[in-house]
Amino acid sequence: MQNCAIELKNIRKTFGPVVANDGINLQINRGEILCLLGENGSGKTTLMNMLSGIYQPDGGEIYADGRKVTIRSPHDAFKNGIGMIHQHYHLVDVFTAAQNIILGLDEAMDIGRVNTRVKEICDRYGFGIDPKMKVYDMSVSQKQTVEIVKVLYRGSEILILDEPTAVLTPQETDKLFAVLRNMRRDNKAIVLITHKLAEVMAVSDKVAILRKGRYIATVNTKETSPGELTDMMVGRAVTLNLDRPKYDNPEDKLVVEGLTVVDREGIKKLNNVSFTARTGEILGVAGIAGSGQKELLESISGLYPVKSGSIKFVNTDKTTVELVGKTPTQIKEIGVGMGFVPEDRLGMGLVGSMGMTDNMMLRSWREGRGLFFNRKKPQDLADRVWKKLDVVTPSTEFPVRRMSGGNIQKVLVGREIASHPPVLLTAYAVRGLDINTSYAIYNLLNDQKMGGSAVMYVGEELDVLMELCDRILVLCDGQVSGIVDGRTATKEEIGLLMTTVGGKEA
Amino acid sequence: MTAIFALIAAAGTYATALMFGTIGEILTEKSGNLNLGVEGMMYMGGIFGLVTANRYEALVGETGSVGFIAILFAILGSFAAGCIAGLIFAFITVTLRANQNVTGLAMTTFGTGVAKFVGEHMRNKLGGYVSVSNHLKESFHQQIFPDFLKRIPFVGKIVFGQPHFFYLGILVAILLHLFFTKTKKGLYLRAVGESPATADAAGINMTRYRYLATMIGGGISAIGGMVYTMTTAGCVWIEGSLSGVGWLSVALVIFCTWRPLNGIWGSMLFGSLMIMYLWIIIPFFPQELYKILPYVVTIVVLIIASMKNNKEKQPPANLGLNYFREER
Repeated sequence: MQNCAIELKNIRKTFGPVVANDGINLQINRGEILCLLGENGSGKTTLMNMLSGIYQPDGGEIYADGRKVTIRSPHDAFKNGIGMIHQHYHLVDVFTAAQNIILGLDEAMDIGRVNTRVKEICDRYGFGIDPKMKVYDMSVSQKQTVEIVKVLYRGSEILILDEPTAVLTPQETDKLFAVLRNMRRDNKAIVLITHKLAEVMAVSDKVAILRKGRYIATVNTKETSPGELTDMMVGRAVTLNLDRPKYDNPEDKLVVEGLTVVDREGIKKLNNVSFTARTGEILGVAGIAGSGQKELLESISGLYPVKSGSIKFVNTDKTTVELVGKTPTQIKEIGVGMGFVPEDRLGMGLVGSMGMTDNMMLRSWREGRGLFFNRKKPQDLADRVWKKLDVVTPSTEFPVRRMSGGNIQKVLVGREIASHPPVLLTAYAVRGLDINTSYAIYNLLNDQKMGGSAVMYVGEELDVLMELCDRILVLCDGQVSGIVDGRTATKEEIGLLMTTVGGKEA
Repeated sequence: MTAIFALIAAAGTYATALMFGTIGEILTEKSGNLNLGVEGMMYMGGIFGLVTANRYEALVGETGSVGFIAILFAILGSFAAGCIAGLIFAFITVTLRANQNVTGLAMTTFGTGVAKFVGEHMRNKLGGYVSVSNHLKESFHQQIFPDFLKRIPFVGKIVFGQPHFFYLGILVAILLHLFFTKTKKGLYLRAVGESPATADAAGINMTRYRYLATMIGGGISAIGGMVYTMTTAGCVWIEGSLSGVGWLSVALVIFCTWRPLNGIWGSMLFGSLMIMYLWIIIPFFPQELYKILPYVVTIVVLIIASMKNNKEKQPPANLGLNYFREER
């Protein structure tokens, strides 16, 4: 086929024991916009990084215009006409747009000529940047434009955009799509990595779906529907046989109303979020990664500044306390426990070179007075966690860094629930754990729930959420797209909510 | 007022050593490598510059030695020593990816140690002291401009009454400035220091840029050490005479906000502050307090620069950080 610009055959990539991509077959055509759809961690970016020379595939073949090619570096990628616009921009802040554009090119440095050519490209595809503007003075969308021009300037015929709309406003997104359509008319091949269904439907010609590193299918956008795409993206439901005991007398514990937060760049991370967490209930939080889960938990625990809205904690005597505006320490004293398992387990939660006892102490150092600390209580706690959770370690003084991932997690979660907080926030509590350890953690959460805590569980695996949680709050793009009952909801229903902003078909 | 002009004129010699030290370090830091071993490299430049000149003279004999050639040898000897020190630093940080601060401090200890060892060894071998003959000493101190220019009121002595190394230093600073602002290679080098990931994605060989910048930068810094030994210290190896010059150069890099042209007047200012205790005497004001003035000025500049939050006056964004391609 003449139209085919790049063909991938049976591509495989592993990072240590983790298989990021396996058995991927993909065809990228000229004059077409191809969307690469999949949940986070499904291997979309890894796959495209192999095309742009950042990673090397461990197996399989890449063909460009029918020739077999090896792409060893970004330079090789450019030679094959492949240009990638990464999610994190590769720009030098103190340079002008023009200086950034000519970085690494073999031509002579003639800024005047660069400026004219940049203008030509802008006019052709319908966007505008000032080549003399410094990058640090630019908005996010302008920076993205520079990245696109940079790739076009190199004469790339195949453009790969990694979640280009994640940082753009709706108006900017529309503009970007108009540019992409102009490029399509110019017979360029465009790959758009995304997990937003609405965008897929709006702009693409074809959709390729990846799930957990595997290639599922390529379909024509016109012949498919958001529902069908969701099915392929999330897969079939799997039964896990998790316990979900019923608590008799749920009461409201945490009432969140109209919560809105903005990040430093002024982008809304949470938009008008309202929900109630009840005692004796696990409230699951589902959503594609980066939909606001982290911001939600952090704003409840006082780590993230709240722009508007309220978070009320209900005491046992029905009086309420407003948590917004309180410091994290005050919030903790009121009774909100945070079992936040960060992406980097050791980075935020524990000190790697210290043993269990010392790590337990990190939570309780405020207690007690005087110059010297009392090791007795943390020592007892460490012993309890060690025995109760079957932490595999030679002693409580053994550096936690040298334990296995699952055991580290047990220490972290064990420390958080030791104080039986009325509200327990957990995120990715089983990330990277094997099945048995995961079940141990689920049981711990159930214990907390039956003990009358309101548990919030942010998770990645829909199957787990559906079997463990009493109710599931679905976030999409910082908004609540729905709260469903964990006992009756279907995977398709949740999957669709995860990809539709505000719960409506976009 | 005259005292101030006289002070500045006299500071030129000391300033020249600082100028080379600073400009070399600016080149290194622009590539993103924070080589804190300037002190060590200048020490090495000091002893190897002197030893090459000394050996040259021993080879051709005192009467046959030519001043110009001796200077050339001294420059080459010190430059080579600095290059090797830079190479070691680059190998440890760029290839082995060790922490730059620790490596830099180790280079300081290493460089001073090597210099003192070689210096003592030569001193023992030559019987008492390492030096060059008087007529070579003169050529190292020579001033190249005619006397009538120096008689121009106030600025004459400052501008024209300096040793030839001073003008060489200015030339190097201007060349480096042109390299950074006008050439493609200079732009790429800055890109490597600002954002190695960007440079890498653009197909720039960032390893080569970091190696070369660190080596040439180290060489230029080391010339500063040689200049100090051959001018201020009077062509004689005195253990410890160079101490502190390298650290002052590191402070000066910050003071200059990483611009080579600022290095010219910056080193004059620092040089003046360093010898001010000889020229402007305030009763009961101890010498040591004078000597902290350059550092005080640096801190003030840092505070002002961070208050203004001027993006152009910040250090290279990736200064002191090593780059791993697959870590992101």
